[in-house]
Formats: sequence, structure tokens, C-alpha cells
Amino acid sequence: MTALTIGHETRIAARRPARRWLLPVNFGGRWASPVLLLLLWEIGSRSGLIPERTLAAPSAVLGTLVAMSLSGELLANLLVSFARAAVGLFLGVGLGLVLGLAAGLSRVAEQVVDPLMQIKRTIPALALTPLFIVWFGIGETPKVALIAFATIFPVYLNLYSGIRGVDLRLLDAARSFGLSRIELIWHVVLPAALPSLLVGLRYSLSVSILVLVVAEQINASAGLGYLINNARDFMRTDIIVVCLLVYALLGLSGDWLVRRMEDRALVWRPSIVEQSS
Amino acid sequence: MNSLSEVPTLDPVDDSGVRVGGEPIVGLRNFVRRFGDNVILDGLDLDIAPGEFIALLGRSGSGKTTLLRTLAGLDRANGQAVRVPDSRAVVFQDARLLPWKQVWKNVALGLSGPNVRVRSEIALAEVGLGHRVNAWPLTLSGGEAQRAALARALVREPALLLLDEPFAALDALTRYRMHDLVLSLWRAHRPAVLLVTHDVEEAIALADRILVLDRGRIVAEERIGVPRGDRTALAARLRPRLLSCLDSGERREAGVVRFPPALKAAGE
Repeated sequence: MTALTIGHETRIAARRPARRWLLPVNFGGRWASPVLLLLLWEIGSRSGLIPERTLAAPSAVLGTLVAMSLSGELLANLLVSFARAAVGLFLGVGLGLVLGLAAGLSRVAEQVVDPLMQIKRTIPALALTPLFIVWFGIGETPKVALIAFATIFPVYLNLYSGIRGVDLRLLDAARSFGLSRIELIWHVVLPAALPSLLVGLRYSLSVSILVLVVAEQINASAGLGYLINNARDFMRTDIIVVCLLVYALLGLSGDWLVRRMEDRALVWRPSIVEQSS
Repeated sequence: MNSLSEVPTLDPVDDSGVRVGGEPIVGLRNFVRRFGDNVILDGLDLDIAPGEFIALLGRSGSGKTTLLRTLAGLDRANGQAVRVPDSRAVVFQDARLLPWKQVWKNVALGLSGPNVRVRSEIALAEVGLGHRVNAWPLTLSGGEAQRAALARALVREPALLLLDEPFAALDALTRYRMHDLVLSLWRAHRPAVLLVTHDVEEAIALADRILVLDRGRIVAEERIGVPRGDRTALAARLRPRLLSCLDSGERREAGVVRFPPALKAAGE
């Protein structure tokens, strides 16, 4: 039996090297195709196939990135954009938390809040841009307000449904040990809703970046959107691509942040438990 | 005062030599519980003495769980007189540990006072889970989870321990081990126990008194005086009688078709 197994393994091992040189691992694994695309792009730009006014070469983008970083121009504008997203998110997520908690924990609040939230959901946040400009002018306020408005709903809905979806058998068990209502909420309801809430938070983060991009096109005098608008006027495609990269980085780091929060807060979940043990 | 009161009353003595009986700690009189037109408990009388081990047998839908929920204080009694002790604890069929709390925190749930952690650890050690104090509940096996649930109930020193088919989901070997564990814990702590089960063997092996519940009424009662572990002969005699009590309810019910047969089979 053992000999057979060993024989089997050696046969497989012996067969493998014949095709191994074809495996993408040898060309950088999952990095292979993006790098190849960049190479083709660079060759296309250098050979004149891709005109610079259509799309700048990767090397040019990299040069611009370094130059803008060194001059401080990129960081200053990035901070402006980041602050917009952060303040908008803070307000939106905060409101979503309050409304979701209220609707989840109280029937009366549910009757009041949920219909309004469902109506709000049918209005695409970006469609409110003109109205917000009329109300709040063209300064920072409409931008932050748009982001806040758009990020309420994912947090609200996921927290609300997470609370309502709590396992009644666990609630019963906890009640049988004499826990008060406050204790039930603290020990059972909120922890049960947490995974759902974190999903909502992740949605809100990506929505905030999306709305940021559009909101920043409103007559901005600073921020990544301002850089992009200027670059468009001067057909500086290299600057536009740099800004796109930074937007992507913003989204990625937000996602990373929530994932770290999940790892810490949901350490009891089996998948994570198994990984860490 | 007078000479009569100095004469000790003869309470029944069980096989561990501890007195049971005295003023009942649970009392239900003509208790009725209905959902809409559905009468679940129909004029039920029940007394449980301190330290008594009762097994409640019944088919699915006989009202076992409703009775247990009433005694656990999970259902309202709607103004009916229900006497239950303040200190009571439930072990459910599914252990119902909170997955986001480590095992000892589950045991400590709702406890107050000093040394909560120490008390929880002692209770866990007593059920043989001293090595899993800091484990996450989702990493426990079914038997371990049920032990943790037992520890969670016992750490409260309940006067009444309610067991809702706690061994039904376990494999046979684990189930027998749990029987021994429950008996030894019962002997050590002397709570009154109400074990809800549909397993006749389990009832005979564990209980002082067996009640058969059918359609919201207690239709049979057996007191067992024979010591535990010495009940093989008794079981042979008692088993057919209890089974026929359960079965007659089934046949009567077959006349009144409440569920389509397939659905009912699936429910059981």
C-alpha cells in the first residue's frame, strides 16, 4: 500500500518537469499579464502607435508621479480629497449607524425611518448634484454632503437587517439566563449584527470614492478632481493617469482598513479561527 | 414545640442517599396555554420537589417544549399561577453558545459578583472542559458544546435545571457519557431536574419520576424507586408500557389529521 502510494507520487513528480516551463509562475505568476500589458503600452507609446494626447506612456506617467510627489503638489491635493471623503464618510456612516440602530431596535423607529430610507434609496445620490449646488453653493459643502448622503444607506441597511436577522434561539437562551434588554442588545444583538455592519461599511467606503470623483468635478480649486480638470484642459494625460492611480489607491486602502477591522472584530468566525490556529 | 413536630417526616430517599421531597419548588395548577385556537397545554398539573429528577416524555408536538418554556420564564403565563424558583437554568438541544464569546465568557454570561472568571473556570473543569476555557465556541465538537452549556447552567447554582432534549443531537457514545455526567452533577449540586426527551431508555435510566405528556395533558406517571444502574429488569417491564402510552396518542392523533403524513415524518 505504502509502496504503491510512493510509486504514484514519484510518477506524478517525474511527469511534472516536462511542462513546467509553461507555468505562469516562471513569468511572475499573477503579475505576468499586467506587466505584459504595461510593456505593450510602453512600446505602443514609443513607436507612436498611441499618441501622447490620447494616453501618456507608462514611463512618462511614472516620471510625472515622481515629479508631482517631490513638488508636494500631489500630497497637498490628495489630502484635500481625502479630507472630503473622510468628513463625508464620517457623517454618512454616523447617520447610518444611528438610523440603523434605531430602526433595528425599535418598532416605532422602524415605522418612521425605514420608509424614508427606502424612498431615499430610489434616488441615485449623484442625481442630487444640481440640487445640492443650488442649496449649498459650489464650495466644500455640496461635495461633503453628496458623499455623506450616498454613504448613509449601505451602513443603515446592513446594520438594520443584521439586527433583525439575529438568531432568536440565541436571544431566547440569553433571556433564560436573566439578561436585561440592554444586556441582550450589548451581548447578543450587536455582536450578531457586526459582520453585516462591516459589509455595509465596506460598501460605503467604495461608494464614497465613487461619489468623491464626481463631486470633485464641481468647480473645485483643490483636490484630485481639480488636478484632473486642469490636466484635461491642457491635455496632460500623464497627470490624469496619476490621479486615477491615486483614486485606486484610496479605494484599496479603505478596503484594507475594513478588512483589518474584520480580522480583529470577527476573530471568532471559523474561517479566521482555523487560519490563526 | 410539640412532640409531633420533632418526629422526622419520612421523605423518600433516592439511591444517592439524599432526601428529596418537601415543599414543591414548581407548581402548576390547571395550566392552559394556547396559540389562537390551538390548545398546546390543556389543564396541566405539575409539582416538582426540590432535588427531584423528572423525565418528561412526549412525541413531537405534545407540548413538551411549551411546558419547558413556561417553566423557564420564556413564555408569559398570562396571569395563571405558576410557581417556579428564581434560580433556574436551561440547557437546550443545540447548545446555543454565543459564537463571539470565548467559552468561559459564555459560561459567565449574565453573572455578576466577584471572581466570575474563576467560577466559570471551576464549572468548566467540572464538566471536563478545563482545557477549552479560552476556546471559541465554533471550534467545539457537539459534545463539548453541550458540556459548556451544562457548565453555563450549573455555574448559576440553579434550584431548577431544565434540560430540553440536550442529548438528542449527540452520537450514542457521547450521549451515554453525558448521561453519567448529568447524573454526577445532579448528585453534587442537587437541583431539581426536568429532562424533556423523546427517548424512553434515557428517561428510565436517569429519572426518579417519568411523566408522559400527550396533547397538553399528562397521561401517565411512573415513579422509579430502583437505584440507577440497576434498572435493566425494570426497563424491560416499563419500556413497553411507556411506549404504548406514546403510541396510543399517536394512533388517536392519526384519526384527526393535523399535518400531511410526509410533513409530520419530516418534523420528527
